[in-house]
Amino acid sequence: MNNKPSSAPVPASSDFDQLNRDWYIDKAVQALVFIGGISAIIFIIGIFVFITKEGLGFLVGDFSFKEFFFSPNWRPTSENKVTYGILALIAGTASVTGLAMLIAIPFSLGTAIYIAEFATGKTREFLKITVELLAAIPSVVWGFIGLAMMNPLIIDIFDVPVGLNVLNAGIILGLMAAPIMTSIAEDALKAVPDRYREAAEAMGATRWQMIYKVVLPAAKNGLLGAVLLGVGRGFGETMAVLMATGHSINIPGSVFDSVRALTATIAAELGETAVGSQHYKALFTIGISLFVITFIINLVADLVVRGVRKG
Amino acid sequence: MSMFAATPINRKNLGRQKIFRTLLGGMTAILIMPVVVIMATLIYKGAPVMSLDFLFTNPTNGMTAGGIFPALLGTILLVVVALLASVPLGVAAAIYLSEYAPDNWFTRAINLAIINLAGVPSIVHALFGLGAFVIFFRFGTSILAASLTLAIMTLPVVIVATRESLQAVPMAFREACWNMGATRWQTIRRIVLPNAVTGILTGVILEVSRTAGETAPIMFTGAVFFLPFLPQGVFDQTMALSLHLFVVSTQVPEMPEAVPYGVALVLICLVLLMNSVSIALRMYLRGKKKW
Repeated sequence: MNNKPSSAPVPASSDFDQLNRDWYIDKAVQALVFIGGISAIIFIIGIFVFITKEGLGFLVGDFSFKEFFFSPNWRPTSENKVTYGILALIAGTASVTGLAMLIAIPFSLGTAIYIAEFATGKTREFLKITVELLAAIPSVVWGFIGLAMMNPLIIDIFDVPVGLNVLNAGIILGLMAAPIMTSIAEDALKAVPDRYREAAEAMGATRWQMIYKVVLPAAKNGLLGAVLLGVGRGFGETMAVLMATGHSINIPGSVFDSVRALTATIAAELGETAVGSQHYKALFTIGISLFVITFIINLVADLVVRGVRKG
Repeated sequence: MSMFAATPINRKNLGRQKIFRTLLGGMTAILIMPVVVIMATLIYKGAPVMSLDFLFTNPTNGMTAGGIFPALLGTILLVVVALLASVPLGVAAAIYLSEYAPDNWFTRAINLAIINLAGVPSIVHALFGLGAFVIFFRFGTSILAASLTLAIMTLPVVIVATRESLQAVPMAFREACWNMGATRWQTIRRIVLPNAVTGILTGVILEVSRTAGETAPIMFTGAVFFLPFLPQGVFDQTMALSLHLFVVSTQVPEMPEAVPYGVALVLICLVLLMNSVSIALRMYLRGKKKW
């Protein structure tokens, strides 16, 4: 406040008090919003600390890394010999996520290209809104759709005894992941500067040549980031895979086998375990693995996308 | 084009463009088709149970008859408590990131944490809620514990939407205000926030939609399959619409087919309504903006 013209009257002392007060309020607010700012970091650390705290008892003691990750026998309530092997659960999650990505990647990238490069005006607006609404359908509703609509459909079409299997959950999960991947991929395409497109068209390229030779290479990292986030999403999905996979422990031999996913196992069994029991801790250990894996996927996706912005 | 006769190569390339255009358009249509089919089926099969009674009475006969009132009320309570926690925190975080944060490794770490908070599987959030709120802070399985779990899970939605709308306020507005001798906070309160409030609102509505649909995070922290009475306070357990759909479609034998369809229809309408309001608000805002 020193830059007032010299001819201005000297402020009365109460004005200084007012300025002083404003300055303190400003500092106080800055401290408050800073707490908000670091809250995300606190929560991420808090999630890791608390799930580790609950699951730690399982990891110390006679924990066998090999048995946990490489035994297909998840028998937490067996009367003869209790075993905690998550290989079959990993296979369940991997098969469902894999099939989901086979469906979601081409469709979401195709849709993103169509919306960003071909569609115009009202059509484009309509498509974008529909994709957004598709992304908003809750996972428990998707699970119900798998259970009530896809299940009889699969039994009918493929003449199999059970319709709750890898195919069902894969399609459901693919439909769930596709809209999110579409929006991120579309953002990546939109981030390609228009002058690239104009240059290509000025050279006489058709629209498809321009997309294929110029836009896609330029948006490559963003598209890869979209795919990675889709994988992370599919991997962590719980309710839909709980309801649509059939929830039986299997290393699948075909898409018509029922499987059970890591996330679904926690959701189905946690309610029946006693707090602090070995079974309870084992479920938290699965949670720790899920946390670490999704953390890595998100980190890599972020680095990949960031590469694009720097380049 | 007409001035120059198309060469065979031109024709080939244009033909190829047409093929790909049709192919991609077809993929788009296939991706969107399910929404239409799903909505039509839900409405068709859920319509028989749909009535005001269904919305406003208690379930009877082991949930095979009657309405869904306790679940609907429970979802509303969970959403309200979650918003009370996450909106102030999320807006504060967004203000920090948009107005104060320097461009350094620490801010990058915050942004990474936000992305991760959104990416952590919902069931892991459930484990965290159980370990932290139910057990460690001794809230028990309660509305409070479930809502806080939901609040943390959906915090990124508020932060990202608010930050975007704050950053959309032109820098010149702030500079003009600073030049008048206003402090940073005065500028934010009088200039930045009023210009961003509709944008923030779209984010909050989006969060309502997300929170209402989540199931896994509340399964072990506060929501229960069935309660014979309504919750009296935030330390009570509650029923919830999303969990109710899971229960009536998987846990109850001899459930009449229309009941789960009805529950699913109510849930999806609630969620899509919220999203539509948010989208409409955003479009209105885009039309109104003068800078």
